[in-house]
Amino acid sequence: MSSTSKLFSALAFLLVTLVAVPWLITVTRRLDLYYTLTSVALLAIASGGVWLTFYIGRINIGQAAFALMGGYVSAILVVTYGVPFWLTLPLAGLFCAVASILIGLPILRLRGVYFAMVTLVLTEVARLLALALPVTNGAKGLVNIPLPGSTTLFGVTLIPDFATLANPRLTFYLISVVLMVICYAGLYRLVHSRVGRLCLSLQQNEELASSIGVNVAYLRVVIYAVSSLLGGLGGAMFVAISQSIYPSSFTITDSINFMLNCFLGGLGYVFGPILGTFLLYFGWDLLFQTGRLQLLIFSSVLIALMLILPNGLLSLRLFRRSKG
Amino acid sequence: MDDLLQISRLTKQFGGLVAVSDVSFSVREGEILSIIGPNGAGKSTLFKLASSFLRPTAGEVRFRGERISGLAPHVVARRGVVRTFQETTIFKGMTVRENVIIAHQLRANASLLGYYFASSVARRDEAEFGRSADEILAFLGLDGIRNDPAVTLPHGHLRALGIAIGLATNPTVLLLDEPFAGMNHDETMRAVEIVLGVRRRGVTVLLVEHDMPAVMQISDRIVVLNFGEKIAEGTPAEIQQNQKVIEAYLGVEDESIGI
Repeated sequence: MSSTSKLFSALAFLLVTLVAVPWLITVTRRLDLYYTLTSVALLAIASGGVWLTFYIGRINIGQAAFALMGGYVSAILVVTYGVPFWLTLPLAGLFCAVASILIGLPILRLRGVYFAMVTLVLTEVARLLALALPVTNGAKGLVNIPLPGSTTLFGVTLIPDFATLANPRLTFYLISVVLMVICYAGLYRLVHSRVGRLCLSLQQNEELASSIGVNVAYLRVVIYAVSSLLGGLGGAMFVAISQSIYPSSFTITDSINFMLNCFLGGLGYVFGPILGTFLLYFGWDLLFQTGRLQLLIFSSVLIALMLILPNGLLSLRLFRRSKG
Repeated sequence: MDDLLQISRLTKQFGGLVAVSDVSFSVREGEILSIIGPNGAGKSTLFKLASSFLRPTAGEVRFRGERISGLAPHVVARRGVVRTFQETTIFKGMTVRENVIIAHQLRANASLLGYYFASSVARRDEAEFGRSADEILAFLGLDGIRNDPAVTLPHGHLRALGIAIGLATNPTVLLLDEPFAGMNHDETMRAVEIVLGVRRRGVTVLLVEHDMPAVMQISDRIVVLNFGEKIAEGTPAEIQQNQKVIEAYLGVEDESIGI
């Protein structure tokens, strides 16, 4: 793709998500869709982090741990210390990044299924910690978290006070989409810079990478920190919208879903997790009518998709292009 | 000539098995030194010890007088001791040129953040890596296939790509892991030319190899291992006359050790 067509695609995406979708929702009066689409955007951010760990050749089933961690950090800062939410958002991300460095240093030495298993356990550890720690208020969780206040820069109101808004759902949706776009722009740049090539060198052969002087351990930890930062941002934002957080807000199911989102969209495509999250979320909702069969049909379709399209749904597009 | 790489009293044990036992020798600046030996003699283990991909049980490896054994491979590579792998070890998902460009990491002046934000240092680095990669590819006769996916390369080209990756690191000593294995006569002769060319670039070469005629032709000196121990060291002519070496290879056709 040339740079002009890239710019055009990006603008088209922004137009659709920021203008067309709100307009459609207003026309069809399906205001509930705001919550769904906001969730998709935030879950896509966390999935993007998982995608990045795939990019260095690690299967990450622990992203829910960092989403939960980010959520709690933000909630505790807002509720207990009265810190403005918009300040807690980056703090939550940073907290997760630092925590993931400490966790990652020992566990990133593991490869393949061993790393995957440890990250899976990590999700459960995070839940148990949330139950046990005094600051998290145990199983009762933190509820009635105040909505984010306004934020101003040089006297200009960037984000209004949510409590005063007639339609906070629209604002949450717009902010979440913008946050998602910023995160994915960052990921896109990473993948297309030399850093991305270095990540690929790790994915393809860690021994060879270290033989040519790549500091494999350092790069792995840096990437894992970025990945967890995305998990923390997504989690913190999610909590602000639902105004509550419990130890069960993000569980192993979420960790697995984050991973499935990446598989579904395609591990080779940086925007894959967005598509994957969107389809998985809506696919699950659409199957709601099938009642008890919901999970059976859902998982069968997923298995079939992975067999037919092992490189994800976005590989369809490339296939057609290379043929035509 | 100075000793560049000193291997002293190196021993490696795997459980009860002594793979390398009390081996000492030196690699001199500018030479091509080959390690040979029958199957299971401990060549590969010695190779991994020398490049610090394995930690010795006893003994040490020194580069320019400084101990390098026990350091991480990327640190040893930074000092100037770089190994290549056997042919399938390349970055399979990249093109030939991308493989060589990424291998310039040791010459990187910019940090990860610099590359991310395309700082001026990073852009200078990347332009330089591209130029240097093209020069190396031309030197090894790979410029015609530089944009091919690396997985599609035939045998001989894969080996050359492995050497290209090694050269991109600008090594002082290049350790080659069986550079002639599985090649026919013509391919071997081309590979021999490449290794000689690498030496002409001022790179000292240490190689592990099975192919006796090629080793005899290319080496300045040879170290012979058998059952993990060094049984001989000398020029190709000396090695061919050495009684212990002939005994070690007993049962093997004379022709195969080039006598």
